[in-house]
Amino acid sequence: MSEYIIETEKGKWEIVCGLEIHCQIISKSKIFSGAPAEFGDDANENVSFVDAAMPGMLPTLNEECVHQAIKTGLGLNAVINKYSVFSRKNYFYADSPQGYQITQFEYPIVGEGKITIDLSDGTSKDIRIERLHIEQDAAKSIHDLNPTKSFIDFNRCGVGLMEIVTKPDFRSPEEVGAFLRKLRSILRYLGTCDGNMDEGSMRCDASISVRPLGSSELRQRAEVKNVNSVKFAMQAIESEAHRQVDIYESGGTILQQTCRFDPSTGGTKFLRFKEFSDDYRYFPEPDLPPLILSDELINKIKDELIELPDAKKSRFVNDLGLTPYDASVICENKEVADFFEKVACGRDAKKVANWLMGDFFAMLKKRNLDISQSPVSPENLGKLVDLISHEVISGKIAKDVFEIMAETSENPEKIVEEKGLKQVTDTSAIEAIIDAVIASNPDNVASYRAGKVNLLGWFVGQVIKQSQGKANPALVNKLLKEKL
Amino acid sequence: MAVDNETVKKIALLAKLRVDNEKLDDTKSEFNKILNWVEELGEVNTDNIEPLSSVNDEALTLRKDIVTAGHISLDILKNAPEQEFGYFVVPKVVE
Amino acid sequence: MTDLTELTVADALSKLKEKEISPVELTQAYIQKLDNNKKYNAFVTLVAEQALKNAYIAEQNYLNKVNRPLEGIPVGIKDLFCTKGIKTTACSHILDGFIPQYESTVTQNLLDDGALFLGKLNMDEFAMGGSNETSYYGPVVNPWSKDKPLVAGGSSGGSAAAVAAKMCAAATASDTGGSIREPAAFCGVTGIKPTYGRCSRYGIIAFASSLDQAGPICKDVTDCAILLNSMAGYDPKDSTSSKRDVPDFSSFIGQDIKGLKIGIPEEYRPEGLNPEVASCWDKAIQILKECGAEIVHINLPHTKYALPTYYVIAPAEASSNLARYDGIRYGLRVEGNNLDNLYINTRTAGFGAEVKRRILIGTYVLSAGYYDAYYLKAQKVRRLIKNDFDNAFQNCDVILTPTSPVEPFAIGDTKMLENPINMYLNDVFTVSVNLAGLPAMSLPIGLSQNGLPLGMQLIGRAFDEGTIFKTAYQLERGANFVRI
Ligand SMILES: [Mg+2]
Ligand SMILES: [Zn+2]
Repeated sequence: MSEYIIETEKGKWEIVCGLEIHCQIISKSKIFSGAPAEFGDDANENVSFVDAAMPGMLPTLNEECVHQAIKTGLGLNAVINKYSVFSRKNYFYADSPQGYQITQFEYPIVGEGKITIDLSDGTSKDIRIERLHIEQDAAKSIHDLNPTKSFIDFNRCGVGLMEIVTKPDFRSPEEVGAFLRKLRSILRYLGTCDGNMDEGSMRCDASISVRPLGSSELRQRAEVKNVNSVKFAMQAIESEAHRQVDIYESGGTILQQTCRFDPSTGGTKFLRFKEFSDDYRYFPEPDLPPLILSDELINKIKDELIELPDAKKSRFVNDLGLTPYDASVICENKEVADFFEKVACGRDAKKVANWLMGDFFAMLKKRNLDISQSPVSPENLGKLVDLISHEVISGKIAKDVFEIMAETSENPEKIVEEKGLKQVTDTSAIEAIIDAVIASNPDNVASYRAGKVNLLGWFVGQVIKQSQGKANPALVNKLLKEKL
Repeated sequence: MAVDNETVKKIALLAKLRVDNEKLDDTKSEFNKILNWVEELGEVNTDNIEPLSSVNDEALTLRKDIVTAGHISLDILKNAPEQEFGYFVVPKVVE
Repeated sequence: MTDLTELTVADALSKLKEKEISPVELTQAYIQKLDNNKKYNAFVTLVAEQALKNAYIAEQNYLNKVNRPLEGIPVGIKDLFCTKGIKTTACSHILDGFIPQYESTVTQNLLDDGALFLGKLNMDEFAMGGSNETSYYGPVVNPWSKDKPLVAGGSSGGSAAAVAAKMCAAATASDTGGSIREPAAFCGVTGIKPTYGRCSRYGIIAFASSLDQAGPICKDVTDCAILLNSMAGYDPKDSTSSKRDVPDFSSFIGQDIKGLKIGIPEEYRPEGLNPEVASCWDKAIQILKECGAEIVHINLPHTKYALPTYYVIAPAEASSNLARYDGIRYGLRVEGNNLDNLYINTRTAGFGAEVKRRILIGTYVLSAGYYDAYYLKAQKVRRLIKNDFDNAFQNCDVILTPTSPVEPFAIGDTKMLENPINMYLNDVFTVSVNLAGLPAMSLPIGLSQNGLPLGMQLIGRAFDEGTIFKTAYQLERGANFVRI
């Protein structure tokens, strides 16, 4: 495991960090009401009387949100609690129309679990999950329409959230980054959250403290709220840790406080100290009886669970012979893994992986496309690989063919046919070229024959060049040797 | 557990209520009267007794994930003391 | 028959069916009574015109023989029930001008059965009070008042007074700690709080969610059965509403009670019990004996702790339920220079003294450091109270107790005003039932020496309202109480 140490003239420090991640549940309707769980519509359009906390309105729990939480819990290798309880978290805020948030407190739906993360030095580490609970999202306030007023839109209010809480297991920004990417990958595999941090469908809060290296104490932590990208999360942890080290080393103390990450400075900005108003007065939600899950339901969801990145990765390594690195890159995104498997089916998986991670990814990146928008279909990519392995075209020609495929979405066989790019395997045609090359380069022929055998490569190159790349290199090699 | 004026003020703040200074003593003593009274519960032995938050003994029924509401913004905003552009309006919130 | 408002619902329905009277006549008679009896301050909102319109529709339905179970019955609705398009305030200043755009399930059930609404009934603010003196719209005057105005009881004081003074044929009411039964007893009418979960709470402005139940207040036991048949039933919009079958409550009317075991709890007859109340209780016992019922003595040992338990749990839930009244989405708004001051100004001006008192107590008992000592402790005692009833019902079928330890007192009574606990103590016989979630009815048995009604309470097993109805009907017959 790579050690991340903050070293100053005065000493060595270690980061202790835990995360709370709010993930919007993918569902059609909200967690406690039948309003659409989408936003982007006009203000207050996707709002029911329940969401607006009208007098006398009551929550009813959306089955799908429960299933999604169970699915996610299973994906986090976590305990699913058959008994869980909703609680009210009481606080006044413009984005909280009820004056409380319905959440889970003492009895969350998902208990302890873990996620394994892979680090750049080739090691991996388990990050322990403390719990996952479900709750309702808050409304959104808009502050820039009027200098003295804020505008409230309840469209987001009541969308289902999964709050995932980790143990304070992170020791470096890199670990946090790897974890967030891995979690996002799992959520996307499961289809339980789209994981888009920039759009706020996955939001990260980090609690950060530092301690002298080698100590096991847990010092006062600061909470950095709502970081909206993996990169920012890593930066926030780094800068907050340094800030704390500076304070300790100059004799100060850290008070429990909330900060915000400021992308413009790359540092954290103080928001407020822990206040009396943070007394949330949790108590069991009297409008919702406890949630009881049956073994049948949990097992059914377990049986329907798709293969997750870790399992897929080890299958790609063990059964298909990919390197662990290639496998983990391909498995991070399910669509990529699915694409890969379609191409690799019945073909040399390593070759397919090389193509995918090389020219194919480069093409997507250059064109700024998602894999689902790829102009090259898995079938066509497969055919291209076949054309190479059946020696119909050379690897070099294949690159050109691929360019055309990316441009036109055409079948590579057709391209090769139409453009006459097939390798020349006709001995007499190649012999003719060889003869011409030998004839026009007497000096080199003499040198070769005098024992400079490494000139063979030069001859091969000349022949292939004259054939416009179409001559089969192996054949050229064989014939040249004979002729020379 | 007798409460003092400071506690009354804090509790009022949590509840978003104002207790005027001249009413503070009265509120406090009333508060303490009620608390003293409910503290009779201390007499009851509740060792090994599970708390009862609801008498309901039927399992929670889950709702199918179907959109059944929404697109009633006029009804939602109907009673709003202040609204503009389809939003509820409040004094500027700074975070 | 000169005065149609003398008719019970059962009698009115049969005369309507026989076309002896018309819904319009009946409605007009009630509107006339409403006008004559304004002095009782029972109604806070009238919708007479709408009622008449609906009476014409009812008349057509009778003519076309498509009349529904309550076709053309003019009822009053407690202002706690949200009624679409009709102002609903819970008699609080903070809900000034609030017009719900939705209908509570209970009132919808009544509408679906053909009942028509005359208006909204006065009540204690947010149902918090036992004398209807906390209403923003002033106290209800008990129609039994002699020389000075007496309280009608609370919180459903408007419902009880309106039925007693024949300003409506029946009324909806709600009961969190005795709010149906106490005013019914004070006004010499009959009211039943069904088992928790029988009636949907959807659209009823919440006071204490785990205790609130809707029920009818009527002229007699038979009418209560008719009204409850319409009001009760499973509602998917209320997650605490029961799926158990609802029997035809009317079918219990007239059944004999030979051999039925009537429990008499020793703890409800403390040393200082008002002798008039005690003798009224003895009279009721005698009547039931004469009907062939067997009297058994039972114990409810935690009775003494029911009120303190209630005054922890109900305010705790209320403090949270009333957080939504913040001046943003509906009701009163008192501006402030920032959001926090807007909240504080609105809530301080909008809530009355009793409501504020309970919000403060409820906030305190849930706050950090006090939760276990108060709230959790109360929940544990609540279980013991429920266990008491479970044990008692091993030995009896229904429990008979007085409804209230006192007869109606004067509006502005100094003893009640000097210490809120004195007022709370009036609920001593009613709150246990709410804590245990049981059904209970109050019906008038006799008069005190002051000529004021005294009521008795019948408590049944959970979901066994049937036994209450058959016992109450026999008791009613034996008591032969004469309504004003
Ligand atoms: Mg949290
Ligand atoms: Zn959360």
